[in-house]
Amino acid sequence: MADLTTTTTPGPDTPTPSSGGGNRRGRRSGAPAKLLPGVSRQKRLQAINGAKPPNPVVRGVKGIVLFLCCAVVIIPFLAVISTSLADQAQISAAGGYVLWPDNPSFYAYEAIFRGGVVTRATLVSIGITLVGSGLSVTVVALLAYSLSRPGTWGHKPILLLVLFTMLFNAGMIPNYLLIRQLGLIDSYWALILPTLTSAFQIIIMRAFFLETPKEIVEAARIDGASELRILVSIMLPLSKAAIAVIALFNAVTYWNAFFNAVLYINSTEKWPLQLVLRTYVVDNTAIGVDLPGDVVPPQQSLQMAILVVSLVPICLVYPFLQKHFAKGVVIGAVKG
Amino acid sequence: MAQDTEVDLAEPDRRPVLRPMSRWQRFRRDRFLLLLGLPGVLLVLLFQYVPLLGNVIAFKDYQPYLGIVESPWVGLDNFAIIFNGDPAFVNALTNTLIISFVQIVFVFPIPIALALLMNSLLSERIKRTVQSILYLPHFMSWVIVVALFQHMLGNAGLYNTWARANDFFEVNVIGDPDLFIALITSQVIWKDAGWGTIIFLAAISRVDIELFESVAVDGGGRIRQLWHVTLPAIRPVIILLLILKLGDVLTVGFEQIFLQQGPVGLQASEVLDTYVYNRGIVGGNWGTSAAVGLVKGLVGTVLVLGANKVAHLFGERGIYSSKKDL
Repeated sequence: MADLTTTTTPGPDTPTPSSGGGNRRGRRSGAPAKLLPGVSRQKRLQAINGAKPPNPVVRGVKGIVLFLCCAVVIIPFLAVISTSLADQAQISAAGGYVLWPDNPSFYAYEAIFRGGVVTRATLVSIGITLVGSGLSVTVVALLAYSLSRPGTWGHKPILLLVLFTMLFNAGMIPNYLLIRQLGLIDSYWALILPTLTSAFQIIIMRAFFLETPKEIVEAARIDGASELRILVSIMLPLSKAAIAVIALFNAVTYWNAFFNAVLYINSTEKWPLQLVLRTYVVDNTAIGVDLPGDVVPPQQSLQMAILVVSLVPICLVYPFLQKHFAKGVVIGAVKG
Repeated sequence: MAQDTEVDLAEPDRRPVLRPMSRWQRFRRDRFLLLLGLPGVLLVLLFQYVPLLGNVIAFKDYQPYLGIVESPWVGLDNFAIIFNGDPAFVNALTNTLIISFVQIVFVFPIPIALALLMNSLLSERIKRTVQSILYLPHFMSWVIVVALFQHMLGNAGLYNTWARANDFFEVNVIGDPDLFIALITSQVIWKDAGWGTIIFLAAISRVDIELFESVAVDGGGRIRQLWHVTLPAIRPVIILLLILKLGDVLTVGFEQIFLQQGPVGLQASEVLDTYVYNRGIVGGNWGTSAAVGLVKGLVGTVLVLGANKVAHLFGERGIYSSKKDL
């Protein structure tokens, strides 16, 4: 497993300026270069077919296919953002949606953030995301750390207890009855607690702690550091990056969580943003806004503004996620 | 005895370890670590293992006012719905299997093709840009994806408005029961095809360049390099993912389908998970829906384990490697 996890991060390392016509380029330079030490993987791959430039027709087709793929992803986002900024005149003229706002205005955003249901839902979602991801990364990191020293008391049974949960899922009905039994129906905790731990994350985090050289811990111990001191002053600073990544991933999960809220939240004022999105944007329930003395923004703008509000946090953390996710996926695909 | 060496490393005392410590000694030594792990262990027990026990209601006539313990036992009565072939259940099962099958055939190959395409790109900058764009939808919730599809492809959506204005063909895929599978399949592709390339790109990036060089030296062009080096390199990953996918046939995108059941109706859109929800939590038939959920969970676990076994038979690692991981 180690070979997969350590050598396969297509992250943004070593960008090499491109020139000429090789057809296949690796993304990393760290690959074995036995015959030509000092020459990067990418350079070598370029050199292989360097003499023969690729067929222009093939290149053209490839370009078009990839351009279409990207357009299919980008256009919806562009249309959503533009429509949320567009005014009534342009929306009526275009028949509903616009790809570029002529007179961009933030009326729609002002309207939804004037303290109505969307404002409250946004705050609820932010709260649940912050508390949930903070708690979950704490619990996961602590459990992973306590499992990172083979030979401690109860190590194997506890690890098996965690691993075993990857194999089954109790099912929706028993989960629902448990939450009801705990009296958590209509409580924010019902959205936070059940998804706090993840066996997969515990295993990743534990692998990370296991990789930390034992000598560091031993040295600290010789200097008289207590266990708490070792954790706070040595292990946590060393694993800041890993903890941040797990926290970010959990934040995205909590922000996106939808069905648990359908199951457990009854009162409208406790709705997270995803439920509001479902009601007003997917099911097209009319949105009532009270804008004293103002013109009510077009329905489409309001809907698209809600959609943008739910997109923005993810787009903000996306660059950080992208930097780190590949490793997790590769481990995940192998580990389940 | 293997533990001696471990004890040695974790042992704060300086006295040499001659005998293994007793259980109690080790517990006392590790109490701080155990305390750190305690919240996690309790949460796992409460939210993963306790619901497992809750599955006993599959064998009971659960009455909310009586509680789980007091409700009367009914043996296997609740399972009759499965074995007698209740029409709604059979419909849900059929839909689930059809959707799974369609998705394996049409969704599975796309990330592979996309990965090969991206890998063959000339410019590193373009490749990175394409990756950044295509990975993004994966992080969007299903509510967002469904909303986007409705507002882009719906009857009054962006595309159809444009198509009507320009005498182009219209697409009426939203809300049509006959096209429901096409709709959800295209949504899955839109959301996750880009993301799915990561694992294949990673496998390709690990190929030893000398293999490509050897093919080139032997006079093989790009097609031969693809056929003889790249494809064999990602074959293990393909087989592994395909087997895992087969192990998962009873689970199809629950939130995605749940969100879109309204307009198309249950006949076309009911799958096992939504059936359990609609029958149990909406309909209040706790016992029978728990029974269906339980059987689905068991069969699913058996399928995943079986798939893993098959992966091992193919000489792959599978997901649950072995005790080595512990």
